[in-house]
Amino acid sequence: MEQLFSLLDSTIRVATPLVLAALAGMFSERSGVVDIGLEGKMLVAAFAAAAAAFVTHSPWLGLLAGIMASVSLAMVHAFVSVTYNGNQLISGMAINTIASGITPVLGLAWFQQGGNTPQLDDDSRFHDISLPLADALSNVPVIGHLYSKLLSGHSILVYLTVLIIPVVSWVVYRSRFGLRLRAVGENPHAADTAGVSVARVRYIALFWGGVLCGVAGTFLSVYQTGSFIKEMTAGKGFLALAALIFGKWRPLPAVLGCLLFAFADASQIRLEGVDLPIVGQIPSQAIQVIPYVLTVLLLAGFVGRAVAPKAIGVPFVKSR
Amino acid sequence: MTDFAIELNGICKRFGAVQANRDVSMNIAKGSIHGIIGENGAGKSTLMSILYGYYHADSGSIAVDGKTVRIRNSQEAIRLGIGMVHQHFMLVDNFTVLENIVLGAEGGLLLKDGMAKAREHLQALNRDYSLEVDPDAIVGELGVGLQQRVEILKALYRGADVLILDEPTAVLTPQEADHLFCILRALREQGKTVILITHKLREVMDITDAVSVMRAGTVVGNVRTADVDKEKLADLMVGRKVTLKVDKAERAPGAAVLDVRQLCLTDARGVKLLDGLNFQVRAGEIVGIAGVSGNGQSELLEVLAGMLEPTSGEIRYQGADLLQEKSSQPRAALYRKKGIAHVPEDRSREGLVKSFPMFENAILGYHDDKSVSKGGLFSRKMLLERSRDFIRQFDIRPDNAQLRVGLLSGGNQQKVVLAREIHANPELLLIGQPTRGVDIGAIEFIHKRLVELRDAGKAILLVSVELEEILALSDRILVMAGGQISGEVAARDADTISLGLLMGGHKH
Repeated sequence: MEQLFSLLDSTIRVATPLVLAALAGMFSERSGVVDIGLEGKMLVAAFAAAAAAFVTHSPWLGLLAGIMASVSLAMVHAFVSVTYNGNQLISGMAINTIASGITPVLGLAWFQQGGNTPQLDDDSRFHDISLPLADALSNVPVIGHLYSKLLSGHSILVYLTVLIIPVVSWVVYRSRFGLRLRAVGENPHAADTAGVSVARVRYIALFWGGVLCGVAGTFLSVYQTGSFIKEMTAGKGFLALAALIFGKWRPLPAVLGCLLFAFADASQIRLEGVDLPIVGQIPSQAIQVIPYVLTVLLLAGFVGRAVAPKAIGVPFVKSR
Repeated sequence: MTDFAIELNGICKRFGAVQANRDVSMNIAKGSIHGIIGENGAGKSTLMSILYGYYHADSGSIAVDGKTVRIRNSQEAIRLGIGMVHQHFMLVDNFTVLENIVLGAEGGLLLKDGMAKAREHLQALNRDYSLEVDPDAIVGELGVGLQQRVEILKALYRGADVLILDEPTAVLTPQEADHLFCILRALREQGKTVILITHKLREVMDITDAVSVMRAGTVVGNVRTADVDKEKLADLMVGRKVTLKVDKAERAPGAAVLDVRQLCLTDARGVKLLDGLNFQVRAGEIVGIAGVSGNGQSELLEVLAGMLEPTSGEIRYQGADLLQEKSSQPRAALYRKKGIAHVPEDRSREGLVKSFPMFENAILGYHDDKSVSKGGLFSRKMLLERSRDFIRQFDIRPDNAQLRVGLLSGGNQQKVVLAREIHANPELLLIGQPTRGVDIGAIEFIHKRLVELRDAGKAILLVSVELEEILALSDRILVMAGGQISGEVAARDADTISLGLLMGGHKH
């Protein structure tokens, strides 16, 4: 039981930035703009947040800085791919390259710690929060355990993410903006003739994508590790993109995909050095590969036909 | 107040060298169905695009409800109560009907209220005009006829009083077209004004109150439908053009090279694009296929060239049915090897790779030709030599075989394609729109070449929307309308009126 709880607990921690990034990707891709720059935006946000939190001693100002850094890269992407109809893959690739280049350079110049930021002290980090009554309930079997061990004791950013999921889902399916977002990604010409500004919708979508990536990056540096480490996103942006495709560009299934990937990742850590029945000890390399094999298998076989938004990757040029 | 919903005065519009609209004036009465009829390129669509705010007229004025207005974009047109049903529907396929209708006119940040209001409104419209559209159906799963009604609903929901329909029946089955006309009549009864762009005489005679005939960018007649008949309209639409002179001796044709029997092609939506075609093309004759574009000619060419698979029928070439041939290679390559050359209608997309130099384009589709390769590799020298031959024989300018083909003029591009196809010494040449976008000098040259080929005993199937060209070149003329052959005429007996009637779908 303890084992399972702690496994699920780390699943939640691993999943949070993935969920945020996947939802970010959903906004931009649903509007018809390919977003392989999730990785870069998260990385820049992680750096900016850690640097700002270190200087100001406020995790919240760190979050703000992270969001601003991520949003500015998102706007570069919008400028290239919406205003100038540039190639969205190249623009996204450029964002990733810029991010992995500029963060250690600035880090080295500002903090002289090999491109990383200094370890944040306790005041400058986001902390785990105990939900009310967590202690009192911790002795109640099952339900109390579930509450105090699993639901309680996460960062405010985790709870924020849990709130964001239904909000995003609601925005996409129940609001005017969501309708326009989906229309613009599917058939921008139809949206245009109906009097919707395609460029405006895409800019807004990329903006919110930038905000969410900013939160994701901040979670990594200001909460999880307490400092920025070079290349600390380590492919999470691409994993989020994979989860998005796994969820067929729909918010809730994409979140499910993130949880699945996170679970695989969390169990990998648990399985290391453990004697399993029959097979015995599995070499750690074989375990580390599990999330990736899972990704490939899921994307190749189980998703079925993942139908992307029809206009994805195609710059909108008025036909008349 | 005025009796006219729309008044157009002296509209001019020029695109580069093409004068698409020249001093066009017409008045469209309120509560009427007004037809605008004309051949391809007569300027109908341009005129309506100006009215709907896509283009801006170079000069002239538009009045809506008697007030002179400037329409800068389609949103302003919508605000003035003008709605348009495009030929290619502007719908989001994976949305429901309701979502498509409210898109852009949601009436608030949240969808709930707007959608509920739209649903009520939609049900009222459905009832008034017997549209029979389910608001919760996914648009992509609806048939073409229903999708078109969704477009009409979209316009009505936005408060359109004037509805423009651009070739609405082009994609419809006859039954769907009949239903559409019922709807249009209902709209007229409710006081709406309908503008119907079409090239089909039957439609004009059936449901319009007045009609404007356009030809080469100008209005050649504004008449009340009751005052004219089909013959008069066909005459106005096609006009009497100066016939291009091509010196061509009478020649007795030989045996049938191509014999098409009961050829049918049905698309995924169940629309019959080719509907039971029967005809022959004999050695030493040019058979011209006339018709307004979009009546199956393009599909016919593609089927004969092996690019499309027909649904049923036979294509007998030199006595054997091509469709029974089994081969591992693509059909188009197989047919080509058998001596069927094809100059496609859209040469820049299907005939050439525009970013390749001329000498590479000169062997496209004939890569296996041993005479341009040595030991399995292309010989650049031989390739260049061949294209220099082409340049000499076809007077291609500039005479530089290494130039990217995209840089050549339309006429010279066409010469490259023609040279390549004729070089293969085909028994049957399929040629679509041989002189579209080609300058006068090159037209004459290309026509002469085609006649030479015919005189050399080859069979030629010519598809063109230029009646003039069909009349000048053909020995026999077949007219296609609605995927069928609506008539056959010997070239010497043909005149524009009878052809115009046939093109309008009026059978012999």
